[in-house]
Parts: sequence; C-alpha cells; structure tokens
Amino acid sequence: MTFKEALKNKGFTVTAELSPPKGEDLGEVLKKAEFLKGRVDGVNATDNQRAILHLSSLAFCAILKQKGLDPILQVSCRDRNALAISSDLLGAYALGIRNVLAITGDYPKKSLHHVVKPVFDIDAVQLIKLIKDMNGGKDFAEEALKGPTDFTIGAVVNPGADPIEGQIIKLEKKIDAGAEFIQTQIVYDVDGFKKFRNMTRNIKAKFLLGILPIRSVKMADVVSKIPGVHLPKKLIDRIEKAKDPVMEGIDISAEIINSLKGYIDGVHFMTLNNVEVIPEILSKLS
Amino acid sequence: MIITEKKDYKKILSSLKGHDSVYVIGCGRCATSCSTGGEEQVKEIVAKLKEDGKKITGFQVIEAPCDERLVGKFSRTENEKINKAEALLVLGCGAGVQTVSDVIRLPTYPALESLFLGKTKSLGRFYELCVMCGDCALDETGGICPVARCSKHLLNGPCGGSHKGKCEVDQNLDCAWYLIFERLKELKQFDKVKEYKKPKDYSRALRPRKVESR
Repeated sequence: MTFKEALKNKGFTVTAELSPPKGEDLGEVLKKAEFLKGRVDGVNATDNQRAILHLSSLAFCAILKQKGLDPILQVSCRDRNALAISSDLLGAYALGIRNVLAITGDYPKKSLHHVVKPVFDIDAVQLIKLIKDMNGGKDFAEEALKGPTDFTIGAVVNPGADPIEGQIIKLEKKIDAGAEFIQTQIVYDVDGFKKFRNMTRNIKAKFLLGILPIRSVKMADVVSKIPGVHLPKKLIDRIEKAKDPVMEGIDISAEIINSLKGYIDGVHFMTLNNVEVIPEILSKLS
Repeated sequence: MIITEKKDYKKILSSLKGHDSVYVIGCGRCATSCSTGGEEQVKEIVAKLKEDGKKITGFQVIEAPCDERLVGKFSRTENEKINKAEALLVLGCGAGVQTVSDVIRLPTYPALESLFLGKTKSLGRFYELCVMCGDCALDETGGICPVARCSKHLLNGPCGGSHKGKCEVDQNLDCAWYLIFERLKELKQFDKVKEYKKPKDYSRALRPRKVESR
C-alpha cells in the first residue's frame, strides 16, 4: 500500500522521518531504512534540517524508493528559488517520488553553516500552490508542463505556538492552496493539542501527530527550549526518575498517541534516526 | 534614511596603504543624521589619519555626496586641494562613495558600512523598515512590511517559530506577523490576513535599477 492509499483507506497512517547523512556514507541510514520497511507507510527525507548541510533529500528519496519504501520529499523554501524547486520537483517525479512535504525551513542563523544567503523566494503557502499547479499541468508562471505531476502534498503546523491564531489562519491557507495531509510539530501537551484540534475541526486534511520520544534528561532539556513545544513538568519528572529513560520515553509516546485517538489520523515519528523505538511504541497502542 | 555605521578604522587605514595624502569628504544628510559622517566624525578621522602619518590636503562635508550635481560643484570649488590628494575618503553610504568616485577620478575609499533603509527611533537607535523591493504591499499588511521585518520575508503569515510575539531567529526581535495581526485588528481590517498573497515580482528588483522619467 502506498502512503497515498494509506492516507485514504487505512484510518491510522504511520510515517517516520530519516535524516540523510552529512557525507556520502549511506551505510548506517540505509540499515534504518531497511528496518522501517513494512513498519511505516511513508518515510520523510529531511531537507538540510536546521540549516545544516546534509546529503540532498531528493537524492535520498530516490534511493529510498529503489529500496522499496514510499518516500516523502521534504522541500524547504530556504535554499532554492521557485525555479530550482520546480525543476527538482519534476526530477523527483521522474524518479518515482510521489509525496512532498512543503516547509518554510529553519533560518540559518544558529547553524554551523550560518554564512549562507537564505533564499525564501516563496513561502510555504506559495510552495503548496506551486506544487498543486504542477499537478494541474502548469508551472509557477502558468506555462503548460509537458506532463503534469501528481504529488500528494503535505504541510506542517505548530499546534503549540502561542498565539495559535496566526498558525491556524496560515494552515487554512495551506489547505486552500492544496495540502492534503499535515505533519505536526512534536507534541507532548495532550490537552493543548485537543484544544488546537477543536479549533481546527473544519479543516479537511489528515492530521499526523508529530512524536519525538524523549531518551534522556539532557534531551528533555533541549526539547523544552524549542519555541512552541510545551513539555509538561510531570513528563520531565518521569524521565528523571526512570531507571530506563529510553523505555519511559517509549511509554510516554504511546500514552500521548492513545490519549489523542479521535483527534488524529495517524502519527509522524521524528526520532533523530533512532527508528528502533517505533515498533515498540506502535505495539503499545490501543 | 540610509543607515550607516563606521567601518573598522584598521580596515580604512589598510585601504589607504600606499597613499600619503588624502582628502576627506563627509555627508550632510543621512550620515550626518546617523552621526557617522557629519562634521564631528570627519574631524575625528582627520585627526586619526594625521596621527598615522597621512597628509590631509583638505576636508569638507558635502550636502549630499550622492548627488552628482553637488559633487561636481564641490570638485570645482575645492579643485586645488583635491588635486594635491592621492586618494579620497568618503564618510557616506555606498551611493555617495560611488558618485564621488565617478565625478572625481581619484582612488576613492569608503569610511562607512552601508546597512539599511530605516527609521530613527532615537540617537544611535535605527531600525530597518524597507528593502525597496519595487512591489510595495504595505496596503495589505497594515503598514508593516513582512519582506523587510520578517527574517524569512514570509507573505502569508507567521512561520512555526513565531512564539509569544517574538521571532525564532532572535528572541529580542519582534515577529513581523504578530505585529501585522495586531495592527490589522486595531485598524479593523483583520480579514486582510486571510487573503492568499502571491509571490513577489522580483523582476521589479533586478539590479542595477534606475528611474529615467525625464
């Protein structure tokens, strides 16, 4: 079953993110990819995440495809203009890639590679429209394409942003522009997410809940500093007291997902390539 | 106004290497307002250059070093002193340096860094407001420009890093989209944020730009 079919028919879709390496040695990450085969419906390939150099998400998606996985190409607006993005998307389609996640992209300021000139020629809403137009056989200048694409288009949202109003208005624009599925920023605050979903009940898209299992106290500290990510104190306490923090993180993740059934259409794992926890979390779901 | 800051003095001195005599030009407009190229700053750098062994053949604050007509007039009246100089040092923005260099054919060096087009809040506090994109959309955003004031130049609303009114890039920076939302509410034009904004027409900003209306 493809990712697109899973979104449509499966009721509960599971995706996981893999970061390509910073270098050409794919050995380790391909083992992770192999592990994910048959366990998830789609695999996201991150696009120079946090503005740090990685092997190209497009090249990585093509390799994932060869290995029998259904890749989700992450495309950020930070590094390429509309011309380069469109060209890459046509290339991606020719290589068999059928799913795209459109994101704004992190600003390079805090990265090792902060000296670069950020592009941001178009924003995420405009990028979604650009892809939707390509599916309709037109490029961003409204010129006809020789062969339209047929991408399944995704978008992101941060349900924990404060104020949330701007995020919801932007999300509505993303849906109007053509996004069919949403992969959310990581969520730990169950009540906060329920509130967010109650405010977005009219939005017709598949919501995949962003999950990053906590593995240590140090990681909890880093995560709690991400703007718009609320990691409740009681969860930090549990990690602190746990004999096996990785196991505790798995339990917490499963509890969050179980508490949000009815509010989500699936889950998106962002495990920093620690994909081995995914089947354990899935086995604990009700 | 064009906001400038003083260039590192060591860099200035290094650019003047090999030139024994220098004429120093200040700017009576923007750089005077920024306290980077007015009378006081010109005198200050003249004194420093003398200490470092340079011969100063003359100095003057021109009303606008970026106006070819004023620079032409200045070069005629100061002809004698300029002719004694091997190089010119301009305490103005990049437009001033280039205009002077075009009119007076001598090696011309910048003494300032040109930063941005912005407003003065108080002495020494300046904020960028406009990138001169040639495709103004301030009518749609409550008079607050997301191209200049959002780090990512986003046109359709805040990114996921906007939190409690601040920007993910720098917690001391206001999120432009937070400001736009609040301003549009105040102006009772909030529906404007819901409209899809097309990508900007960057062909309006192809460089170098010119206006030849006469």
